[in-house]
Amino acid sequence: MFTASELNRRNHRIQKMFQLILGGMTLTLMVPVAVILVMLVYKGGSAISFEFLFTTPTNGMTAGGIFPALLGTICLVVVGLIASVPLGIAAAIYLSEYAPDNALTRAINLAIINLAGVPSIVHALFGVGAFVIFFQFGTSILAAGLTLAIMALPVVIVATQESLQAVPMAFREACWNMGATRWQTIRRVVLPNAVTGILTGIILEVSRTAGETAPIMFTGAAFFLPLLPQSVFDQTMALSLHLFVVSTQVPNMPEHLPYGVALVLICLVLMMNSLSIALRMYLRGKKKW
Amino acid sequence: MQEPANPAANASLKAPLSVDFNRRGKDWYIDKIVQVLVFLGGISAVIFIIGIFVFVTREGMGFLTEGFSFKEFFTSPNWRPTSATKETYGILALAAGTASVTGLAMLVAIPFSLGAAIFIAEFASGKTREFLKVSVELLAAIPSVVWGFIGLAIMNPLIIELFDVPVGLNVLNAGIILGLMAAPIMTSIEEDALKAVPDRYREAAEAMGATRWQVIYKVVLPAAKNGLLGAVLLGVGRGFGETMAVLMATGHSIHIPTSVFDSVRALTATIAAELGETAVGSRHYEALFTIGIFLFVITFIINMTADFIVRGIRKG
Repeated sequence: MFTASELNRRNHRIQKMFQLILGGMTLTLMVPVAVILVMLVYKGGSAISFEFLFTTPTNGMTAGGIFPALLGTICLVVVGLIASVPLGIAAAIYLSEYAPDNALTRAINLAIINLAGVPSIVHALFGVGAFVIFFQFGTSILAAGLTLAIMALPVVIVATQESLQAVPMAFREACWNMGATRWQTIRRVVLPNAVTGILTGIILEVSRTAGETAPIMFTGAAFFLPLLPQSVFDQTMALSLHLFVVSTQVPNMPEHLPYGVALVLICLVLMMNSLSIALRMYLRGKKKW
Repeated sequence: MQEPANPAANASLKAPLSVDFNRRGKDWYIDKIVQVLVFLGGISAVIFIIGIFVFVTREGMGFLTEGFSFKEFFTSPNWRPTSATKETYGILALAAGTASVTGLAMLVAIPFSLGAAIFIAEFASGKTREFLKVSVELLAAIPSVVWGFIGLAIMNPLIIELFDVPVGLNVLNAGIILGLMAAPIMTSIEEDALKAVPDRYREAAEAMGATRWQVIYKVVLPAAKNGLLGAVLLGVGRGFGETMAVLMATGHSIHIPTSVFDSVRALTATIAAELGETAVGSRHYEALFTIGIFLFVITFIINMTADFIVRGIRKG
């Protein structure tokens, strides 16, 4: 009764062809990167050891470990988190729970989009102009951490906003009907239901800030420091900048060392992202509504 | 709210008509305080974006007010801030560097990210789809300094060998690196745009006997046009503002490129490379901040346009 005409067959051939081409393009994006990652592991794996992670660089950074850089990155991430998480969550709560549909809300949303799109080096210039010079923090962990915080703010806001909006409106309405104030509703009903989603966003922010280089270059990260930082007003080394330094600024660098640094950095970032993705999937599986 | 043991509550229970529902208790004040606090959080984004412009302009202002030549800045290819005889501050060659690298990157990223987005959104299903989405997300997370290192340590020798050129740090290297870097981000935004096309469009087309590809080509792509354009623009903005990868892979030669094997220097890379060597308040320092203002304004325009285009379709 129904037989495929020549036109049907031709259309299906075209469809198959495009499916193959598009699949091929998808692979083209991924395979080179996979190959590169394998190369990083292959060439940098030999550099990584317990000593590499927990000793200081020696011999003009051509030997020794990366401990000060690792510690510095952790310090910067922590300062960035302390500054941006409360602010980002507050902003998301405002946008999701309070903001009326008006010009100001529109402006805030545009500002968030733009904040995410400002080049990282412009964030660095802002950090120099505002934190290092105007607020007189000097080139310090504080200045660099705050610069990172502002850069990462959109990540926290967007992730938090998404998870707040995923909480069904009926939950809020039920709570309001009990006579609860807005804040009581947010505090007791909305936030507990959104907390895992917010956490996903925070982990993503850790990954973002740990990998950033340009914003910390002139605001608080140093090429090399003989001592570990003692307070937030000291400069620090950082893993991302260390990779830049050992791969471009130091002569006679043994080949495996920059590969090792790159591998540590990429592992750190990908681990954080995987954790965030896993948490999100767990959350999706658990969702009751 | 009220504890039953509370005598005041008991009193009001006895005389229900006297209950004041608008009573401003502790909770009412907490609610108002929180409202103010989250509002401050909300407008912080606006304050920061204005702050960025103000502080970068504040540092770069001196360059613009004292003997600034608009013509020299935008049309001279000579960026010689440290010249002993005559300093010149022309960003044309730097802008050409940025444009050539971003342009090449988009030649790589636009078709491949579109292909990947269509494949993930329309063809792949189940586990494959999930796997591809996660991979794209992880690819987008690789830090730019690692990409720069890849350009330096892996692409550089590869280009020298393949094309038999003396230097592998050039437009080609940075363009490919930047393309691979921007593609995953563009893929996920484009995929969102495709997913935003209602399923009933696809169903209607399929009911007419269209094949999957015909549905995509004739129905889904036209319907998602604006979202896709927005994604491309955001990709351009990313490429334009990218710093570390471009700093490490372009080869630091300030001139207008004539082939993809020429080394160039991008606007962002110039700031990153030179800011550390300048004295605060010097003309060179102020000139670098002026480039910063320029970058800020351009990315601002790109982002606003992208947002405008994406929003346009949602209204229409």
